Amino acid sequence: MCTSCGCQGQGTTMTNLQTGARAEIAALPEHGGAPHSHGDHGHGHFLDEHQHAHGEHRHEHDHHSHEHGHAHGHDHAHAHDHSHEGHAHDHSHRRVDLEARILAKNDAIAAKCRAWLAGREIVALNLVSSPGAGKTTLLERAIADLSGELPLFVIEGDQATSNDGERIRAAGAPVVQVNTGTGCHLDAEMIARALSELKPSVASLVFIENVGNLVCPALFDLGEHAKAVIFSTTEGEDKPLKYPHMFSAAKLVIFNKIDLLPHLDFSMARARENILRVNPDVAIVEVSAKTGAGMQTLYDWIRAQRTATAVQSLIV
Amino acid sequence: MHELSIVCSIVELASQAAQGRSVRRVTIEIGKLSGVEPDAVAFCFPEVVRGTPLENATLDIREVDAEARCAVCGAEFPTPDMLSACPCGSRQFERLRGEELNIKSIEVEEAA
Repeated sequence: MCTSCGCQGQGTTMTNLQTGARAEIAALPEHGGAPHSHGDHGHGHFLDEHQHAHGEHRHEHDHHSHEHGHAHGHDHAHAHDHSHEGHAHDHSHRRVDLEARILAKNDAIAAKCRAWLAGREIVALNLVSSPGAGKTTLLERAIADLSGELPLFVIEGDQATSNDGERIRAAGAPVVQVNTGTGCHLDAEMIARALSELKPSVASLVFIENVGNLVCPALFDLGEHAKAVIFSTTEGEDKPLKYPHMFSAAKLVIFNKIDLLPHLDFSMARARENILRVNPDVAIVEVSAKTGAGMQTLYDWIRAQRTATAVQSLIV
Repeated sequence: MHELSIVCSIVELASQAAQGRSVRRVTIEIGKLSGVEPDAVAFCFPEVVRGTPLENATLDIREVDAEARCAVCGAEFPTPDMLSACPCGSRQFERLRGEELNIKSIEVEEAA
């Protein structure tokens, strides 16, 4: 990570597997990396903060809890004396109210991605799951089944290696691999960079395969149309209760590995019940990416999203 | 651990707002259902601030209890976890508080 500004250059790189081109994401120019967009988002209202000088009152060097109800960048100046190791000196400090969402920058970039995708009638799905739930296998199957019907593009997220990207490329879809380094999730800036590298065509389908993790990706909007959780039958039925944020953020849950059900104690009924406790509105499909069973129900759901997106883009 | 990213965002926002001044206190608000662990944020903070204008800043975390309003009976009730339902049995409700993830204010040093 970049320690001079605290930005998220956690060693993230992006590889275009069609061209082999590799670039760093969000490294500071003075660190020798690629340029990135510092301060062009959510910056404006910090600059026009009002400078209220509240008649410099003196008080003890102590915790000050000011419960003012001001919004946006009001300054409050205070001066106080305190002594350090026997010598007294003057310090004054000023409170700046920000009232900003911590994820405002990510959400602003995600909104740009969403608008960019909508303008091109592209449906982007953010696939999240535990590691090993079968995200990449599911994509390989979908690429094989749908490639005649619609153009398919993939953004692959992993901490390291291009192994999954290579599998997707071999399956026949253009793919950009994002390696997050120490990062545990994809963020909107990575998707913005990956989309401009991938250049998905109009009315295409973009799969974003997030880093295998049921915790962190729940919080980061990527500008996707929907989050889809892949829940494999080799996991516990109580996964939705253990990771409620992710299941609550999803529009679709894809049960995978249903071909293994005869060999497992997994209760589909209990698992469904747990999903609906966390998210009563979510759609659920059951598939085996390995055998292809149930995949048509998934494709039907995707087609319905594409139709809705196309209709929306006509209205807007 | 997404708390590291959260702390990076806090430091970036606070550094920009400080406009070159050094920051002595950052006050943030974390809702109990925000998906962010206050302890993990506090743990990352000293590492991330090193070499930034927040190097000597105190992190003040205010946790916000979660509450919702029932769509069926209209009652407001606490929702300590993601599975909480209204005492009337309804699962249809609007979350009122508890998903906050905000930077409230900073205190910056002024040249005396």
